[in-house]
Amino acid sequence: MELPEPFLPGAISLLEQLDKKMMVVLRDGKTLVGYLRTIDQFANLVLHNTVERIYVDNYYGDIIRGIFLVRGENVVLAGEMDEDERPNTLIQVTVAEILEMQQAKFNAKKEADAARSEALRARGKLPPPRENVDILGDEPY
Amino acid sequence: MVGKEVIVEFKNDFMLTGTLHSVDQYLNMKVTDISVHNPEKYPYMISVKNAFIRGSVIRYVHLPTESVNFPLLQDSTRKEIMNNRKEKKAPAAEA
Repeated sequence: MELPEPFLPGAISLLEQLDKKMMVVLRDGKTLVGYLRTIDQFANLVLHNTVERIYVDNYYGDIIRGIFLVRGENVVLAGEMDEDERPNTLIQVTVAEILEMQQAKFNAKKEADAARSEALRARGKLPPPRENVDILGDEPY
Repeated sequence: MVGKEVIVEFKNDFMLTGTLHSVDQYLNMKVTDISVHNPEKYPYMISVKNAFIRGSVIRYVHLPTESVNFPLLQDSTRKEIMNNRKEKKAPAAEA
């Protein structure tokens, strides 16, 4: 696309996304929503009025975070959000509620995993490897 | 390739379809008119129509078969191999 000459030759411009409301997905699974203020060639981003959005089932909750500097290597994708469009199938709840739901879901999953590991161990098989926080899983060490 | 509809598969198994808008040397991509393959698992993409995707998170890009020019692809690959071989020989000759 049309880039100003000396600026980041060969790099895709997030320039036109500046000052727009962006949804940024990070490698650890977090979703951040904020106004994009700064970019650089590594896709390091500065987000303003950032909100961390947590999704559990059909519910979501927003935690106000302020200003975020995100290191480029942790960015999975950065999407332009429609300002007025609200996800109509999703129901917003308070922070306390969404955190509770998330914890409940996490506990449920942990129990299910424990049960599965037990069953496997009873048959003499190894339990599945522990899950990474990194959703990409490309650095398992 | 720009302007074609592609399916981008991420390293975390997330897949989305969209029209390729631009690519750069790091294989970062801008994709417009996005639709997600697994909307239940990833609900947040409902309000996002265009996205910038960092090259390092992409596992595959599924291209439409008709838009790939096989003879051209094979020729360019062959040329690149020849160039690499020449570059290998040239510095050895100079030294």
